[in-house]
This record gives sequence, structure tokens and C-alpha cells, in this order.
Amino acid sequence: MFGKLSLEAFPLHEPILVIAGIVGILGGAALLGALTYFRKWGWLWNDWFTSVDHKKIGIMYFIVALIMLMRGFADALMMRTQQAIAAGGSAGILPPDHYDQIFTAHGVIMIFFVAMPMVVGLMNLVVPLQIGARDVAFPFLNNLSFWLFAVSAILINISLFVGEFATTGWLAYAPLSGIEYSPGVGVDYWIWALQISGIGTTLSGINFFVTILKMRTKGMTLFRMPIFTWTALCSNVLIIASFPILTATVAMLTLDRYLGMNFFTNDMGGNVMMYVNLIWAWGHPEVYILILPAFGVFSEVIATFARKRLFGYHTMVWATIAITVLSFIVWLHHFFTMGAGANVNAFFGIMTMIIAIPTGVKVFNWIFTIFRGRLELTSPVLWTLGFIITFTIGGMTGVMLALPAANFVLHNSLFVIAHFHNVIIGGVVFGMMAGLTYWFPKAFGFVLDEKWGKRAFWCWLIGFYVAFIPPYILAFYGAVRRMQSYPNAEWQPYMIIAFVGALIIMAGIACTVIQIVISTRNRKAYEDVTGDPWDGRTLEWSTSSPAPFYNFARLPVVGDIDSFWSQKQRSNEQLENTPYTDIHMPKNTAAGPIISIFAMIFGFAMVWHIWWLAAFSAVGMLVSFLGRVFNDDIDYYVPAAEVERIERAHQQRVEAQA
Amino acid sequence: MATETLHHDAHADEHEHHDAGATKVFGFWVYLMSDLVIFGSLFATYAVLMRGTAGGPTGADIFELPLILGGTFALLISSFTFGMGVLAMNANRVGQVKMWLAITFILGLGFLGMEVYEFHHFIHEGWGPDRSAFLSAFFTLVGTHGLHVLFGMIWILVMLVQLSTKGLNDVTRPRILCLSLFWHFLDIVWICVFSFVYLMGVL
Repeated sequence: MFGKLSLEAFPLHEPILVIAGIVGILGGAALLGALTYFRKWGWLWNDWFTSVDHKKIGIMYFIVALIMLMRGFADALMMRTQQAIAAGGSAGILPPDHYDQIFTAHGVIMIFFVAMPMVVGLMNLVVPLQIGARDVAFPFLNNLSFWLFAVSAILINISLFVGEFATTGWLAYAPLSGIEYSPGVGVDYWIWALQISGIGTTLSGINFFVTILKMRTKGMTLFRMPIFTWTALCSNVLIIASFPILTATVAMLTLDRYLGMNFFTNDMGGNVMMYVNLIWAWGHPEVYILILPAFGVFSEVIATFARKRLFGYHTMVWATIAITVLSFIVWLHHFFTMGAGANVNAFFGIMTMIIAIPTGVKVFNWIFTIFRGRLELTSPVLWTLGFIITFTIGGMTGVMLALPAANFVLHNSLFVIAHFHNVIIGGVVFGMMAGLTYWFPKAFGFVLDEKWGKRAFWCWLIGFYVAFIPPYILAFYGAVRRMQSYPNAEWQPYMIIAFVGALIIMAGIACTVIQIVISTRNRKAYEDVTGDPWDGRTLEWSTSSPAPFYNFARLPVVGDIDSFWSQKQRSNEQLENTPYTDIHMPKNTAAGPIISIFAMIFGFAMVWHIWWLAAFSAVGMLVSFLGRVFNDDIDYYVPAAEVERIERAHQQRVEAQA
Repeated sequence: MATETLHHDAHADEHEHHDAGATKVFGFWVYLMSDLVIFGSLFATYAVLMRGTAGGPTGADIFELPLILGGTFALLISSFTFGMGVLAMNANRVGQVKMWLAITFILGLGFLGMEVYEFHHFIHEGWGPDRSAFLSAFFTLVGTHGLHVLFGMIWILVMLVQLSTKGLNDVTRPRILCLSLFWHFLDIVWICVFSFVYLMGVL
């Protein structure tokens, strides 16, 4: 009846998990109770869960990502605590099996459920506004993508209290992740969470690729697009071309585990290195999927706050395209030690180093944009400056790792850990924090508190260096990654310093939480009625904040890069007097959440081998999808009079403020 | 339905609405390219694992080309019949569209029957997907294609229902076009499977 699921699956013998479980259940119950008490269910369902408005979907991505950041960071703190204690024979606080689950969960959550949704969320919020579109190409698919991601996040949190999570590391290398060495359900949770959210990501990639290519407003040629949109375009190309590899690879691992196939087994002709090749053929482009939009954010921020057009717009675009192409021919640098031979390693080593060239072009472009500009040191600019320095250091340690000879020494050491946190925190996290601060007023209509934003930045910057310089050093003493304990007590001081660094980063996260709370509480004082709080350059700032659900009452016409900026330099009477027209908009739909809930049940049933439930939910997915296909009532027209009413109300607010 | 048509007519001159069908077809092209990457990964895996027979049979031992050739022709002809269906759609002949789709469905069924027979035969002989890495890769590559064909056939049924209830309109036309792209795409993938797996396997 319940497959492999029994009472033993609930980890009642692990005090940490029991406490976390109780806190989780009480918190969840409080949240549900509050929603019921304040009668917010209808509002939540009608205005948010079923919404096809890209701006609301973007906000929902960010909310889930911030919650998952707490979860992923709690894992990080536990690891730092463990390694600060478990020296010279001490066992620390976490048994090896639990520790292994934690480092696996940390990696999976931070990449798939924090960084990815932040990037996709930011694209949702910004891209249609930047290209002068009223929505994405496929609004229903956009909602479905979000929900597939959200239910996977739930699935991965279920693994905390029902059963276990994988102990294999975030990429679940075979044969360790095969059924022979991982007979439990941990890897299965990993499989289905990744598979379900991965399909959502692929759909997002297609959606935004088509949106950018097909939905740009009149006059916006490709080389007039804002840089963030360019980086989003390249990022989506990478998603479309690489996520199917992940889907196929995880599917093959699934077949190995569920049907006894022999793709990645040690015997019967299987080839474990095929797994490592395939997973990195996806995995390396994945890191550029994350970093390219961050580059886009920094480009927008630096041009806006230096009050100058971005230096070298065209070289920035071509550098982005070059990185997009190169990111597919470097994957083998993750396993130089495989033994592919000197020539193969040399090729991938050289290709990896070549990526530093377009990245260097970008760094110089940002610096030259600042040069002779009037740079305002706002918190998004601080994140950008912190990024330029930190990411450059991380890039240099990356080039060191790209030397096959050096890599043989550094492979699997803490040097690798320090390097990729150097580029992911210094690049992606700083970029998302800059983007969050920069576009927050566009989403909510008020700006974030600067003081707490700057405090968050300094905590993150200092905390990062304190936490990740020690592992660089320890690597040269021979410290490897994923150690539950270590015999050499001389390493302990470094581990304690790294732990302190993690605490400083925690203070940074707390600053961001305080920043959001304070700004929300004082939102009247922080209100932005103009829609253009930073004196921006691109189209998203030409509409009100928060943008109306149809984005633009009249679709803008573009004649230049930074078209809004040049528009502001001349008067624009002619456009403003044209009459409003009816606006064609998609209707909200419950299909996305319903299909996704069935997908989550399907994933859970597959994890626990509850075959009847898996079949039931598969049919549920199909039927609810067909329900959508047979529904003709999917769009409507906003009458011109209604548009005029909304726009006039906004106008009055602006005039009242002035 | 009538009000819907009227509604759309009122805005017939609107630029954005006219593009909706074209955007859908373009989006579907992009989806097909990503689906192709799945097949690409499976082909690459097959190429690496095809010699991993672990003492079991090789392709040359078990493939029966005449049977496969029959299925191949069924699928190739079904691409032609689907093409006829699209021509009928362009001529606004709903009845003919339905007829050609039905023929395509039957040919697809024939292809799938061939594949099910082949799989059943292999498993019955003890050459199942768990026998060796080669057979795992073979079953997965060919089976993934087969699942796509099955999905395409379900889609044909859905379109037959929609053509009967809605006829040819702004919603069903792009769907037929996307389905036709999907069906031809499966044909192209199958030509690769046939050449790469079966012909080279027997050589």
C-alpha cells in the first residue's frame, strides 16, 4: 500500500531533525492558521498562485528562493560548526551519514533552489518590461514553470522529515549514486526534485528565448536591447541547450536504480565516467546560466549610477556571446584526473583559460564605465564594486585550476570549494542582491532602505573573505572537501576562522531581512511615485511602480540604446496624446498549480515506490493538462476606458506628489 | 465559440494578436531543438556503451532488419500522410484533415506495434535492458523515441476531437502545425536511429 514508506522513515532518533520538524510543523500551522484567520486564501489563490502576470511570478520566485536560502545557509552553518569542532579525533556534532546529507543538500539547494530561482525570477520581473512587452510569450507555461520549481522545493524539504536525502554530493556521481551503493531513498529524492524542477527550467528557457526574440516593441533591434536582456537571452540559450542533457542523464540514473539497467554501473558494460561527462556537459553551462544574468545586472547598475552609457556596449554583447559558446567546450576541466590523456586535458585547459578573455573584456568595460562618470555609491553600486574585485580573484584561482598539472594537486581539495564560492558568492549572490535592490521599487513601488542595504553588503563582503581565504590556505596543507572530521589539529584555527566568516555572512542575511522589514514598514516614506527612482536608462523605468498589470498603456517605440534616457532628454508630447486602445491580456489559470501538485505527488510516490499513487498522479497530470488544452476561455481585452482610468489615477498620484 | 470568433474579429487589425500563432510555432521549434538535445545525449551514450555487451548479444546478433524496415516505412509514409493533412488544412477541408490524421494515427500504431513486438521478443529471449549496458542504451534510446510516438498519437486523438468540436480556427491551426513539426521531427530522429543503431549495428 505505501511502498517502501513505513514509520521507520521518520527520523525520530535524530534530535536536530525532530526539533527542526517540530519548528517546521508549528511554523507551517501558524502560517496556515493566519491565512485562514485573515481570510487570505482567496486573495492568495486568485491574485498570486494562479496569476500569469510575469511580475508576480518573478516575486514568487524570489520569495521561495529567499526561504530556501535560509535552509541552505542553515546547512552551511552546521557544516562550518562541525568542521570547527571535529579536529584531532573529535567526532563533532554530526554523524558522518547526517553530515553527508547536509553537504549534498547545501549544494543542491543553493544551486537549484536559490540561485536558479533568483535568476529566473529576475528575468521574469525585468525582461518583459525592458523589451516593452505586455507579458511573456507563453504566460500559462510561465506559471507552470514556477509551480514545477516550487513543488520540487517542497519535495526536497519533505526529505528532511520523511526518509533521508542523498549522501552523494550535489551531482550524485555514479556509481556511488547507483542502487548498489545508495540503496536508500535519498538519491531518489534528489532525482525527482531535480527532474521536476528541471523541466520547469527548460520551459522557462524556451519561454524567455521566444519572448525576447518575438515580443520586442517597435524599433528595439537586437543591438538596442538592454544588456540585462542580452545576458538573459544568452542564459536562456544555455538552458535550452544544456538542461535536456541533465534530464537525460538523471533519467538514465533513474533507469539504473529502478529497472536495474547498467548505464553507470561498475560491471555489465556500464561506464561511470559517462555519467561524469554527461553531468558536467550540463553542469558547466549551468554556472554560466547563473553568472551571465548577474553580469547583466552589474552592467545596468553601473551605467545607471555612473550616469553614463555603458562603455563598449557591443563588446559587452559579443563577450557574452563568446562566453555562451565557450561554456560548452570546457566541461572536462572538472575531472582532469579522469585520465583522458595529456592532449585532451591540454585542449580543455586552454579552452578554459580562453574564457577569461571575454570575462576580462567585461571587467574593463565596467571599469571604463565608471571612469569619468559621476558614480553614486548606492548599495547596488557597492555590490557591483565588491563583485568586480572578488570575482576577479575568483577568476584567477579558476585559471589556476585550469592548468591540468596544478589541477592534479588541487582536485577535490578545499581550493576547489574556495574557488567556486569565490565566483558564486562574489558573482551570482552579489549580482542578485544588487538586482534585488535595484529593481525592488519596480516590483513594489517603494525603494529599500539604503543604510541596512550597505550593512548587508559589508557583512557579506567581509564574511566571504573571512570564510573562504582559510580553505584556500588549508588546501595547500592537504585538506580535502567533504570532511566530516580530520585528524590534523593544526587545521582547526583556520576552520574556526572560516566559521566566524560564516557568522558574519549570517549577519549579512539578517541585515537584508531587517532591510526588507523596515522598508516595508516605512513604505510611505520610501514610496516611488515616478516609477523612475534612479533616473534610469531603460524602458522598465518608463512605466509606473509597481508597473500596471498590462505593463505599458501604450507600447513604447525605441530608437536607440538606453532609449528611455534619450527619451527623457527630449519632450514627448506627441506620443502622450495618442488615444488608449483595448489591451489583449491572458487570464489567470489554475492549471499550473494543479498539474504541479500532481507532479509533486508523482515524485513522492516514485521515491517511495508507491506505484498506484504514481499511476494515479500521472493520470492526474495528463487530465489536468488536457483540461487546459480544451479550455478556450484563456484571454480577454482590457477596455481602453479602464486603461485610461488606471493611467489617470497614476497621473494624479504623480501630480499630488509634485 | 461564436462569441469568441466575433470577439477576435473586433480586434482583427491588432498587430499583437496576429503574431500569436506564429509565436507558438516558433516556440515549438525551440522546444524541438531542446528535445533533440535529449536524443543527442542518448545517442552519445549509446555510442559509448554499444560495445559494453558484457558477454551478452551484440546488435548484429539480435537485430532483425526486415521487421525494422517495415516499421520504418510505416513511419516514413505517416510523415507523408501528415503532410497531406496540412495541405488539406491550408485548403480549409476539415473532413480531409481528419481523414489524413486518422491514417497517420494508424501508421503510427503500426510502427509502435513493431517496436512493442521487438521489445517483447528481446525481453522474452533474455536480452532485456538489464542484461548489459549496450541493451540498456538501446532500449532507452529506441524506447524514448517510441514514447514520443505514443505521445504524438495521443495528441492526434486530441486534435481529432478538437477538429470535430471546434473545426479549424486560430487555436487549432497552430496546434496542427506544431503536431506536424513534432511528427516530422520524430521521423528524422528515427532515420538517425535506423542508420546509427540498426544499420551500423548489423554491419
